[in-house]
Amino acid sequence: MWNWLKQNFLSPKSFYASTTPLLPWMTIAFVLCFGYGMIDGLFIAPADYQQGDGFRIIYVHVPSAFAAMAIYLMMAVAAFITLVWRVKIAAICMSVSARIGAWFTFLALVTGSIWGKPMWGTWWIWDARLTSMLILFFLYVGFIALQSVISDQQNRERASAVIAIVGVINLPIIHYSVIWWNTLHQGPTLSQFAKPSIAPAMLHPLLAMIAAFMLFYGLILLLRMRNQILLRDAKSQWVQEVFAK
Amino acid sequence: MFNIIRYEIQTTMRQAYSWLTPLLFFMIVVTLFPLAIGPDEALLQKMAPGVIWIAALLATLLSIGNLFRADAEEGYLDRMLLSPHPLTLLVLCKVMSHWLTHCLPLILISPLLGFLLHLPPREEYVLIVSLLLGTPVLTLLGAIGAALIVGIRHHGLLLPVLIMPLYVPVLIFGTGALTAAALQQPITGYLAIMGAFMLLCFAFAPLLTGIALRIGVNQ
Repeated sequence: MWNWLKQNFLSPKSFYASTTPLLPWMTIAFVLCFGYGMIDGLFIAPADYQQGDGFRIIYVHVPSAFAAMAIYLMMAVAAFITLVWRVKIAAICMSVSARIGAWFTFLALVTGSIWGKPMWGTWWIWDARLTSMLILFFLYVGFIALQSVISDQQNRERASAVIAIVGVINLPIIHYSVIWWNTLHQGPTLSQFAKPSIAPAMLHPLLAMIAAFMLFYGLILLLRMRNQILLRDAKSQWVQEVFAK
Repeated sequence: MFNIIRYEIQTTMRQAYSWLTPLLFFMIVVTLFPLAIGPDEALLQKMAPGVIWIAALLATLLSIGNLFRADAEEGYLDRMLLSPHPLTLLVLCKVMSHWLTHCLPLILISPLLGFLLHLPPREEYVLIVSLLLGTPVLTLLGAIGAALIVGIRHHGLLLPVLIMPLYVPVLIFGTGALTAAALQQPITGYLAIMGAFMLLCFAFAPLLTGIALRIGVNQ
């Protein structure tokens, strides 16, 4: 069963073939979510009674912060699969995700800083969630730095997989210790267990934007993974056939 | 197991520079802070926990990078990987002997440095306990990084970049215990959490270090 799965879905060739029909659908879904989120979020949703129109940056800030953490988790899962089952696709997914995740973390930090200036009166404070986001950024950068110094491909993937797993075990510990250390950030806007502390009219575009960001991640991930697969198998028969078409 | 630890300690003690340099580094870093900030007693007292902790963290990090290097060059590491004993246990022995030779001297000298930074006696005692609980975590996590870079020739400052973000919780709780002690608040909570970190690291870090070593040696 496992070998069958490995041969039919997890080999680079079949992965390439099976993701081809997905791309247009994902693009359409992304455009729809992003379009709705942007229009509703920026023009239709009511202005915040305290923060005025300034709060609208939430529609970029929260989705990118969400994506930054979700991608790290995704990366760690891929890292685990790389280490244990040595699936090529997982290793590619991990390496590609790290770069996208680092950019989302950077975006979350920058938008948070822009939001903080009018609301808190400062670009940066040593608040818990800002700090743990910054550390998440450092974790991403460390991962990428490790990948950039190891020349052998297989060793590079396995070594960085170890550091990704260590990072993901530590991430909640870092997060909670930093929260305990200091907190000024407003409470979480969205939580799985509590009723969201945000009006539905503001919430819907936010959810749409989160979906849009995750679709964007999925899309970029697939595109870059497909590029990597083509690069790695450039000399093989099936890649020649793809380009011959 | 004790034979390995004894052997490791003996070989380290024979090369005085290998265990003396982290100690000197630690002392010099702490000395630089008053020179940079100024000899204001109240300020130094307030900064002492952070200064000593960061100096200890850097000293540990710089010495841990070479944990497996000599072994890799001399082929001892390959024998470790091939030996019938579990690799996790061998790694644990190496890490523990490294801690005994490189971190324990720092902890022993830290009250003196605390004294130089005008740390009150009660906090000196908390400082020692927090370092005793915290430095094994620093060493164990550092060992994972040291194993990952063992095959890389030009790694430069890669190890600190990889490992330092992971040190954040220990640093927060280690200095937090001292700050609480300064405010006459209970400190057992902090120390309990640090003890929990330490046990967690003892359980998982040698295992991950072993995995990382097997990867690193291939390079």
